[in-house]
Amino acid sequence: MSELDLTKLIFGRLTLESIPYHEPILIVTFVMVALGGLALLGFITYKKAWGYLWSEWFTSIDHKKIGIMYMVLAIVMLLRGFSDAILMRIQQAWAVGDAAGYLPPDHYDQIFTAHGVIMIFFVAMPMITGIMNYVVPLQIGARDVAFPFLNNFSFWMTTSGAVLVMASLFVGEFAKTGWLAYPPVSGIIKSPGVGVDYYIWSLQLAGVGTLLSGVNLLVTIVKMRAPGMSLMRMPVFSWTALCTNVLIVAAFPVLTAVLAMLALDRYLGTAFFTSDLGGNVMMYINLIWIWGHPEVYILVLPAFGVFSEIVSTFSRKRLFGYASMVYATVVITVLSYLVWLHHFFTMGSGPTVNSFFGITTMIISIPTGAKVFNWLFTMYRGRIEMEVPMLWTLGFIITFVIGGMTGVLLAVPPADFVLHNSLFLVAHFHNVIIGGVLFGMFAGITYWYPKAFGYKLDPFWGKMSFWFWTIGFYFAFMPLYVLGLMGVTRRMNHFDDPSVQIWFIIAAFGAFLIAIGIASFLIQLVVSYRRRDELRDETGDPWHGRTLEWSTSSPPPYYNFAFTPRVHDMDAWWQMKEHGYKRPEEGFLPIHMPKNTGAGIILAGIATVLGFALIWHMWLLAGISFLALLAVAIGHTFNYDRDYHIPADEVAGIEANRTRMLANHV
Amino acid sequence: MSGSNDHHGGDMPHSTFKGYMTGFVLSVILTAIPFWLVMADVIKDTGMTALVILGFAAVQIVVHMIYFLHMNFQSEGGWNMLALIFTSVIVFIALAGSLWVMYHLNVNMMPGLMKEYG
Amino acid sequence: MSETTHDTLAGNAERGEPLQFHETTEHHPETGTLLGFWIYLMSDCLIFASLFATYGVLGRSYADGPTGMELFDLPLVAMNTSLLLLSSITYGFAMLRMQANHLRGTMVWLAITGLLGAGFLGLELYEFNHLIHEGAGPWRSGFLSSFFGLVGTHGLHVLFGIVWLVTLLFQLKKHGLIPENQRRLFCLSMFWHFLDVVWIGVFTFVYLMGVLP
Repeated sequence: MSELDLTKLIFGRLTLESIPYHEPILIVTFVMVALGGLALLGFITYKKAWGYLWSEWFTSIDHKKIGIMYMVLAIVMLLRGFSDAILMRIQQAWAVGDAAGYLPPDHYDQIFTAHGVIMIFFVAMPMITGIMNYVVPLQIGARDVAFPFLNNFSFWMTTSGAVLVMASLFVGEFAKTGWLAYPPVSGIIKSPGVGVDYYIWSLQLAGVGTLLSGVNLLVTIVKMRAPGMSLMRMPVFSWTALCTNVLIVAAFPVLTAVLAMLALDRYLGTAFFTSDLGGNVMMYINLIWIWGHPEVYILVLPAFGVFSEIVSTFSRKRLFGYASMVYATVVITVLSYLVWLHHFFTMGSGPTVNSFFGITTMIISIPTGAKVFNWLFTMYRGRIEMEVPMLWTLGFIITFVIGGMTGVLLAVPPADFVLHNSLFLVAHFHNVIIGGVLFGMFAGITYWYPKAFGYKLDPFWGKMSFWFWTIGFYFAFMPLYVLGLMGVTRRMNHFDDPSVQIWFIIAAFGAFLIAIGIASFLIQLVVSYRRRDELRDETGDPWHGRTLEWSTSSPPPYYNFAFTPRVHDMDAWWQMKEHGYKRPEEGFLPIHMPKNTGAGIILAGIATVLGFALIWHMWLLAGISFLALLAVAIGHTFNYDRDYHIPADEVAGIEANRTRMLANHV
Repeated sequence: MSGSNDHHGGDMPHSTFKGYMTGFVLSVILTAIPFWLVMADVIKDTGMTALVILGFAAVQIVVHMIYFLHMNFQSEGGWNMLALIFTSVIVFIALAGSLWVMYHLNVNMMPGLMKEYG
Repeated sequence: MSETTHDTLAGNAERGEPLQFHETTEHHPETGTLLGFWIYLMSDCLIFASLFATYGVLGRSYADGPTGMELFDLPLVAMNTSLLLLSSITYGFAMLRMQANHLRGTMVWLAITGLLGAGFLGLELYEFNHLIHEGAGPWRSGFLSSFFGLVGTHGLHVLFGIVWLVTLLFQLKKHGLIPENQRRLFCLSMFWHFLDVVWIGVFTFVYLMGVLP
C-alpha cells in the first residue's frame, strides 16, 4: 500500500499505459521524430557545437539572435501544425458514407485541437514576436530592447509551452476540445484525462513569455527611439508593433485568468464553469473571447506593418497617408476590445446585445479598409518592383479583402445564426489568418532575411513557394465556403452525405499544393545558403530601403549602430541617403552592452518540469520544481553585474571591416 | 533587467511626508465611512447604499493613485498616465461588458433562474 | 521617386542648415524599468478585472449554499483593511527614509511593512480556514469559487510581495542604497500600493456589497 502511494507521489497518474504505443500513426511519428532528433543531436555533438550554441545563442540576450530563435521555433512548429492539417484533410476527404477513414474520433479530436493551438500560439505568435524582436530595435535606432534578459527568458518560456504540446503527442494525449477548450467539455467530468491539462499548462507557460515580451517591446518603443524620432516619425512597422504589444499586455492577462479558473475547476473542484453548483459555462466563453478577439489583431497588425514597409520600399515611394495609417492602427487597437461577442452571437444574449456587437464589428472594417486603400495608393504611379516580398503583398491584398468581406458577412447576427459553427467560418478565419498573418510573415521573412544573414533568399524558390501557397490556399479553402453554405459543420471526422465528398477532395488537393509551398520555402533556405556568395548583400541595403535598419551592415554588428542615429524624417535612412550621408569611420567610443546569461533557459527549463509535473499530478516533483524556480529567480536578482563595455578598439575593428566590404562592393 | 544603464535614481518621483500623510488620512476617512454605512445600516435602500459605497471606492482609488502611486501627467513623459487611462477603459469595457452580456444571457436563456433571484 | 526627393529637400531647405545624422557622443536612452513595471501592473490589473467580472457574474449564485450575508465577518475585514492601509503608509515612510539616504531607517520601515503584510495574510488565512471548516469552501458554489478566486489571488500577490520584500532586505543589507536597489524599492512600492488599490475594490465590491441583501 505504502509503495503504491510512493509511486503515485512520484509518478502521479503517469503509467506505462499513458504511452500511446497501440496507435500505429503515433508510433511511426515518434520513431521519425526520435530518429530525426537523435540525428540532429548527433550532428551537433559531432560538430562540437554545443558550447557555441549555448554561449552564442541559448544564453544570448541579443535581440537579433532571440528574434531568429523565435523564427526557428515558429517554423518547426509550423511543420507540426501543418502535418495535423494534412491528416485532417485526408480524413475528411476519405471518411464519407461507408468509409470510416483512418482516424478514430478520439484521435481526430486531438488533431484539430492541436492544429489550432499550435498554429495560433506556437506558429503565429512566435513569428510575429520574432520579427518584432529582430526589426523593431533596428528600426528605431536602438542597441537592444529595454530588458534584454527578460527577452531571453520570454523566448524560453514560449519554447517551454511548445515543448509541453509536443510532449503530449507521445506521453498521454492532447485536449479533444477544440482550440479554446470550452467547458463543460473541457471540465473534469467530460475530459478526465491529461489532454486539457497539457493545454492549460502549455498556454500558461507560453503566456508568461508572451506577456513579458509585450511589456519589453512596449517599453523599448516608448523609451529607446533614436533622438529625433518622434512618434509621428516612427516607421509604420514599429507603430503596428507598438499597438500589438499594447494589445498583448492588455489581453493576455484575461487568458491567464480564465485558464487559471478552468484549472481550479479541474484541480480543486471549484464551480466557476461547471454546469451545476451555480457555475456559469458561458462566463468562460465570454472571458476567453475578451482575450480572443484582440488576439486576432495582435496577429494581424504586425503583418499590416510588414506590408506597409514593403509596399513603400518596392514602389519607391513614401507610404501614402502615413498619418491615416497610424490612426487606423490605433483605432483598430481600441475597437478590437468592443467586438468580442460576435464570436458567440448564437448563445442568446438577445437582439440588443447582438446588434451592438454586430455594429461595432462592421465599424472595425472601416479602418482596415482605409489601410487597404493606403497600400493601393502607395502603389499607384509607383515604380513597382516585383520582388518576392511584393508578390506576397499583392497576394495578401486580394486574399485578405475576400476574407474581410466574408467576415463582415458573419458580423451580421442573423447571417451568423445560419453560418456559425459551419465550415464557412473555418474558411473565413483561415482566409484572414493565412492571407493576412501568414503571407505577412513570409513577406517579412523574405524582406528582412538579407538583413539577418547577409544574403538574399533565392527568388526562384521564393516564387515557387508564393504561387503554391496562394493557389493551394484557394483550392483548400474556397470549397469550405461552399460546404459551409451547404450547412456542413466543423470538427466532423465523418460525413454521411456523399455529395460533400468532391469538395473535400478539392480541399485536400489544395492542402497538398500548400505542402509543396512549404517544401519550396524550406528548399529556398537551403538553396540560398548554398548560393550565399552569389546572393551576398555587402551594402546592408539590398532593397534600397527607407528605414534605419538598412543603414547598418547585414548582418548588423551586435551593438547594431556604432553611433546612435539622429532622425529628422519618417523615412530616416532614405533622407540620409539623399543627403549623401557618410558613415563615420573613426572616433569610436566604448559601447555599453548587457551580458549574456543562462538564467532564462534554466528558469524556463524548470518551469517546463513544473508544468509536466502539474499535468501528471506528480505533486512531489511539482513542489520541488516550484521551489527551485523560486530559488533560481531570487538568486538571479542577486546578480548585479549584468553589463559591460565593448572597447572602442573592438568597435573600430568591426567598423573597419565594414568599410572594406563597402569599398569592395563599389 | 535594471542593469543596463548608469542613471542614479533621478527617474523616480520625489515623495514627501505631507503627501503620504494626506493620502493616508483621506483613505482612512474614505474607508471608514463605507464600513460605517454598511455595518450600521445607515441608508435603508440597498441599491442606494451600493451606489454610495462604490462612489467612495472610486474616490479612494483616485486618492491612492495620486498620493501613494504618485500618478500625474508628467511622470515618464505622460506614458504612465496614458497606460493607466487605457487600462481603465479596458477594465471598464471588460467589467461592464461582461455583466451586460451575461445579464442578458441569463434573462434570455435561464428565465426560471432569474425569477429565483427576484 | 522625384516627388519624395522634392519633399524632403524642401523641408530641409527651410531649416537651411546641414543635418547631423548621428550622435557623436554615447547616447543613453532613458531607463525603462519604472515604466515597464507600471505596464506590468496594468496587465495585472486586467487579471483582477477578469476575476472581478467573474465575481460580478457568479457572486449571487449560491447554489442553495451560504450567502455573503451569512458568511462575511465585517469587523475582521475592517481589521484586515486597516492592516493593509497602515502597511501602505509605513512603506511610504520607508521611501522617505530612502530619499534621505538613510539605510537603517529604510530597512526598519520596510520590515514593519512586511510584518503588517504578514498580519494581513494571517487574518486572511484564518478567515479562509474558518469558511472551509464551516463547509463554505471554494467548491461549494459559484459564489464561493469566485470569492476565493478573487480574494485568494490578491492574497497570493501579497505573499509574493512579502517574499520580494524579504529578498530586498537582504539586498539592501548587502549593497546599501545603490541606484539599482532604489529602483527596486520603488518598484516594490508601486506593487504594494497597487495591491492596496485592488483591496479597495475587494472590500467594497465583495465584502460590503456582499452583505447587502
